[in-house]
Amino acid sequence: MSSQFVQFLIAGINAGAIYALIALGFAIIYNASHVINFAQGEFVMLGGMMTVFLLALGMPLPIAVLLAIAATAVAGMVLEKLAIEPARGASVVTLIIITIGASILLRGLVQVAMGRNFHRVPPFTGDDPIPVLGAALLPQNLWVCGVTVLAVLALRWFFTRTMWGKAILATSHNRLAAELVGINVRLVMLVSFGLSGALGALAGVLIAPITLTHANVGIMLGLKGFCAAILGGLGNFPGAVAGGLVLGLAEAMAAGYLSSQYKDAVAFVLILAVLFFLPGGLMGRGSTERV
Amino acid sequence: MRLRGLMQARTGGLLALALVIAVLPLALPNNFYYQVAVLVGLNAIVCVGLNLLIGYAGQISLGHAGFFGLGAYASAVLTAKFGWPAPLALVAGATGVALLAFVLARPILRLKGHYLAMATLGMGIIISIVINQEIPLTGGPDGMPVPGFALFGLRLTGDRTWYWIVGGLLLLSVWLSLNLIESPVGRAFRALHGSEVAAETVGIDTARFKVLAFVVSAVFAAVAGSAFAHFAGFVTPVEAQFLRSIEFVTMVVFGGMASVFGAVVGAAVLTALPQILTAFHDYEMIALGVVLIGTMILMPRGMLPSLAALTRRWMR
Amino acid sequence: MLSVDRLRKEFGGVQAVVEVSFAIEAGRIHSIIGPNGAGKTTLFNLVNGLYAPSGGRVSFLGCDVTGLRPYELAARGMARTFQNLQVFFNMSALENVMVGCHLKSDTRLLPSMLGWPSIARGDRATRARAVELLHEVGLDAWVDADAAAMPYGALKRLEIARALAAEPKLLLLDEPAAGLNPTETREIDRLIQRVAAAGVTVLLVEHDMRLVMDVSDRIIVLNFGRKLAEGTAQEVRRNPEVIAAYLGTAAAQGAGSRHA
Repeated sequence: MSSQFVQFLIAGINAGAIYALIALGFAIIYNASHVINFAQGEFVMLGGMMTVFLLALGMPLPIAVLLAIAATAVAGMVLEKLAIEPARGASVVTLIIITIGASILLRGLVQVAMGRNFHRVPPFTGDDPIPVLGAALLPQNLWVCGVTVLAVLALRWFFTRTMWGKAILATSHNRLAAELVGINVRLVMLVSFGLSGALGALAGVLIAPITLTHANVGIMLGLKGFCAAILGGLGNFPGAVAGGLVLGLAEAMAAGYLSSQYKDAVAFVLILAVLFFLPGGLMGRGSTERV
Repeated sequence: MRLRGLMQARTGGLLALALVIAVLPLALPNNFYYQVAVLVGLNAIVCVGLNLLIGYAGQISLGHAGFFGLGAYASAVLTAKFGWPAPLALVAGATGVALLAFVLARPILRLKGHYLAMATLGMGIIISIVINQEIPLTGGPDGMPVPGFALFGLRLTGDRTWYWIVGGLLLLSVWLSLNLIESPVGRAFRALHGSEVAAETVGIDTARFKVLAFVVSAVFAAVAGSAFAHFAGFVTPVEAQFLRSIEFVTMVVFGGMASVFGAVVGAAVLTALPQILTAFHDYEMIALGVVLIGTMILMPRGMLPSLAALTRRWMR
Repeated sequence: MLSVDRLRKEFGGVQAVVEVSFAIEAGRIHSIIGPNGAGKTTLFNLVNGLYAPSGGRVSFLGCDVTGLRPYELAARGMARTFQNLQVFFNMSALENVMVGCHLKSDTRLLPSMLGWPSIARGDRATRARAVELLHEVGLDAWVDADAAAMPYGALKRLEIARALAAEPKLLLLDEPAAGLNPTETREIDRLIQRVAAAGVTVLLVEHDMRLVMDVSDRIIVLNFGRKLAEGTAQEVRRNPEVIAAYLGTAAAQGAGSRHA
């Protein structure tokens, strides 16, 4: 195995893990409310930027990271309460514009609070690269993968073993039925947004030490995370993870072996290919309209 | 809406629009305002076309800035790099975009809802990335200069000249659009929006009409893009980027879907608004975000239909 | 006029329609009846082109039309109404019916955009025809109304007017009396007979037995996706299998008449 290939592999898995987390955030919100949250990328951005902010206040890194994630979860819930809930039942286009408005709003707030500069976040455990098969593995890469795996496992446990998780799943399958059995659907929505916010912020704090963070970092990340979600079948949790990994690897390999210029295009070409040939995503299923 | 009412709305609306365009210069103190007016006009042309797709045919496109950008760059590249006469470049650009839209439309428009939104988004972003990366041809992120527009040897320059040109183009677009909507084709659009299943059953080839709406709206965007390129004298990939596509969709929805004049109003308000909001300096993004969320929650059908409903209730 | 040959439709593991064959003669009123879930609407969707069959053939006016899309069948003279209304709620009642005339309208792009007088003239003719049709189905009061403002019974008739606008040779009516009270049902009954008298072949899916027995020249009974029986109203009424399907085996044993 050439060291170049290993390097691309590392980059691909790294990006893939981040996309997977973002895609999971999309999937949770989509399942709970059938809303595509175009502000998901801003949750990622908030994670990184809030960490920067809290570090500047003198907090130690672990506390800053945890607080940033918690604060973004709150931001997600506020978004749900103020922008999504009032628009219940609105058309797809309207909801898309609302979440885009929210994304613009969040970016505006961060720009005002922290300017448009790029900011550095220190890596969790130092940045001496570890040589692996001729390629350089950053300690932060290990953090990204490790934490993502933990997060995915935790989510799996949450959705299959806890009451809350099952309530969210029930709501996503049939909102009315869930209400009828006594599930507080509004609370479920709130929690879903909070959870997605936390997941997005987690991705943000994990990736920030590797790539600098700034107010506009969320746009592309959000879009690519969305591509990953669709790749795996919108609303499908294992699909979101798989989609993220596939996307990350495809991007890294294409950038390495084909053209680094068109790296960003990979996600969207993939998405078009999937939508044209496999509309339900790699793991999703189609649906039939009852006449 | 009754036929007579619609006809009155239509001629009345066209006259009102023509009047506004004719009279507005009296209120414009200097060239800067003319430039804003031209931008409003160009955005309005895109929105009128996009409204056919979104408001009437009930589809979505989050990638129309791609067509706008392609029109702009077609004009730019053909005139600057290949010395074509500007009108020919415009027609070539529009034709090229029509062909591209036609090829992409069939597979894309088989999708619905979020998937359709995503496919159009992907299409738009790929276009903008290509424009960004093909530096030898397009100048890349730095953009490229565009020669002026010369028609029969007459050079069209100056903000005021462009104001009248774009005003005329806008009136033409609105007129074409209104004609289309009131024809059987327009009814077919609305039928496929109302119920695709029933539309098919009644004999409407829904795929064909979706493609039609898509291509027509793409051409409107491309022509506006070409005009923009010559007006601004310079194009950058910003014109094709994702955020631009979102702006267009927002203008259409904001102004009122399934309303040609709504699209114009939406374009006017949301083009002028950021100019007004620069007074807020850094707060303009916050203000824009709040405006978007607020209008969608309070006036989900868009400004014009909501205002119309309000006036009707008020007059009772 | 219409014949289906061993038509089959599967959804995943569910066999919705199994080996159904029948033939419809021109100028008659045929009904398809059967308990809920018998596959009646699925059968309609197969004939109408909304579903592609998993097997079998559909033949209309002597041509094999299996797998053709609904709009192609409409062009050949087939029209249909829907069990769960598929009205264009974003248009007025009049416009709904005008859309029904689509196949006769000028749909060329450039003339439409340029507002040629021929298009406007065509529209006026379409409008007049639509008003006429609304009158025929008894919806004079709703000519200027928005479809969204009309009551259920009126909407059912609106769909029929829209289907008739294309001057079809075969009209498929999917539960036209569903949700209607007895008076409204009688009106639909008379409407169907008027339509048939005007030369349109009618194929009806219905639950309302009185309407079916009243109106139909021939009845086809479906159960669990299969054709159970076929014949005149009398014959079907006395068929023990049909009775069993609807009322249970005890009732069938009680009837004991000769099998058609």
